[in-house]
Amino acid sequence: MNSSSPIRRAPLLTIYAALVFAFVYLPIVVLFLYSFNRAGVGGFPPRHLTLDWYRQLFADAPIWDSVLNSLIVAACSVALSLTFGLLAALALDRATFPGKALFRRLVLLPLILPGIITGLSLLMFAVFAGAHLSLLTVFLGHGTALISVATTELFAGLQKMDRAQEEASLDLGATPWQTFWRITLPNLKLSLIAAGLLIFTLSMDEIAVTFFLIGRDNTLPLEIWGRLRRGITPEINAISTLIFAVSVGFIVIWYRVRVRGLGAEAQELLERP
Amino acid sequence: MYSRAYKMLVSLPPLFWVGVFLLLPYALMFTHSFWAVREGFLVHQWNLRNYYTLLSNPVYVGVLFRTMRIAASVTLCSLLLGYPLAYYLSFHAGARRDLLYQLVVVPLWVSYLVRGYAWKTILGSDGVLNGFLQYLHLTHEPVAFLLYSPFAVVLMLTHIYTPFVFLPIYAALEHIPRPLVEASQDLGAGSLQTFFRVILPLSIPGLLAGATFAFVLSLGDFLAPLLVGGPSGTMIANVVQSLFGAAYDWPLGAAISVCILFITISLLFLTERLEKRWSFK
Repeated sequence: MNSSSPIRRAPLLTIYAALVFAFVYLPIVVLFLYSFNRAGVGGFPPRHLTLDWYRQLFADAPIWDSVLNSLIVAACSVALSLTFGLLAALALDRATFPGKALFRRLVLLPLILPGIITGLSLLMFAVFAGAHLSLLTVFLGHGTALISVATTELFAGLQKMDRAQEEASLDLGATPWQTFWRITLPNLKLSLIAAGLLIFTLSMDEIAVTFFLIGRDNTLPLEIWGRLRRGITPEINAISTLIFAVSVGFIVIWYRVRVRGLGAEAQELLERP
Repeated sequence: MYSRAYKMLVSLPPLFWVGVFLLLPYALMFTHSFWAVREGFLVHQWNLRNYYTLLSNPVYVGVLFRTMRIAASVTLCSLLLGYPLAYYLSFHAGARRDLLYQLVVVPLWVSYLVRGYAWKTILGSDGVLNGFLQYLHLTHEPVAFLLYSPFAVVLMLTHIYTPFVFLPIYAALEHIPRPLVEASQDLGAGSLQTFFRVILPLSIPGLLAGATFAFVLSLGDFLAPLLVGGPSGTMIANVVQSLFGAAYDWPLGAAISVCILFITISLLFLTERLEKRWSFK
């Protein structure tokens, strides 16, 4: 044995894997192709390719209003869930308090429960508190539900962190406040960026919780949802294709961040005496 | 090393926030399930009638069983697609492995709604698939049973959860020490024997994690049935949604939600136990 994982021929398995890939990508390819189809979203083959649907999309004011709403909600949710997620991760990592195990499970609940349960619970709470449904309730819902994602990512970051730096900082006379801003936070930079990107994307795409908390102003997924019920045109394919392109852009940024992080870590390891 | 004040400062705000915006809402869901609606008004009168209705009304029980059946089919299909794919990547893909891994992960970032919509345009009676079949002269009339059926729901959810199921299985397969596999082959076991006696048992924790995920998330889905399910594809979460909307019976809806919550949490608890038993460390 000279190789740790010998590649042996398995033609049937290879064909099967190719078919699974085809299944996973088929809808995305169809969506993309028919966004250029003059005749509409169905039929075969797509013919008379056109950019009309994109032109129509760019002139469609309600869509862009909803995009703006989604961007605002997502940006605010990132701020809210990163703040509380960071504190929760620090608390879980460093403090002991009664009900800690319960707290950990409670924070993670929105991540594992079906969205409808979290959405309806928050709706009941809004009614109970006498709040009007609006983008504010959507933001509070997203921000709170996504604390789960922030806590998971940042807790993992804290576990990997070297405590000695913080100890040294405190020993050398820095206040806990200075230590937090100059040591803890910079060390968590990568986890914060990764969590932020993930939360932003999840909030932009959220529909199950939003469904119950939305007021008069739509977010992008809810605007698309409303149009699906009224009859469909390739304009929706066009916006979906754009969303896909933006998501892929985010993934590329995310990997850049990760790879750069890895690169820095590797270099540090090399320079160690 | 951290002072008392530091600990208070980091734990009190999230405790407060999570208490008010998560614990209280979930608690409200729980208490609503013991209340009632009289003449269109919610009355705070404690009773168990909602749970009794849920268990005795054949409509609700029927939908609940259909939902379980759909969720089980989604789980099975996602495993049948996801496991061989993970196995291929881990043991046979060689140098292309990292690229292929990224290719599986990318669709996870594509909007749920967008993917559901894509299936709608593929399966519809004047959709892409029917156009394709007529183009090939395989059929002359549109095939109508594809969309608005439990089949369409299973197909759409399988498409969404296959990458989710793939991830933990792939992670488990990657953690199997390769010398174990080689030892099995050196000692004369065939490929199939090696797979069933070494690889499969060692990948059970990943398989369980993926399966639970697919089952639990399908169980509470209400968007796929609305998009592609039609009346015959209605699931339990759609019943909840209509009870909270047009039907206006929040207590009964809350009782069904608590029931979904109970099934979800017991399943998670059960698989956590099973995963511990099957993990080889």
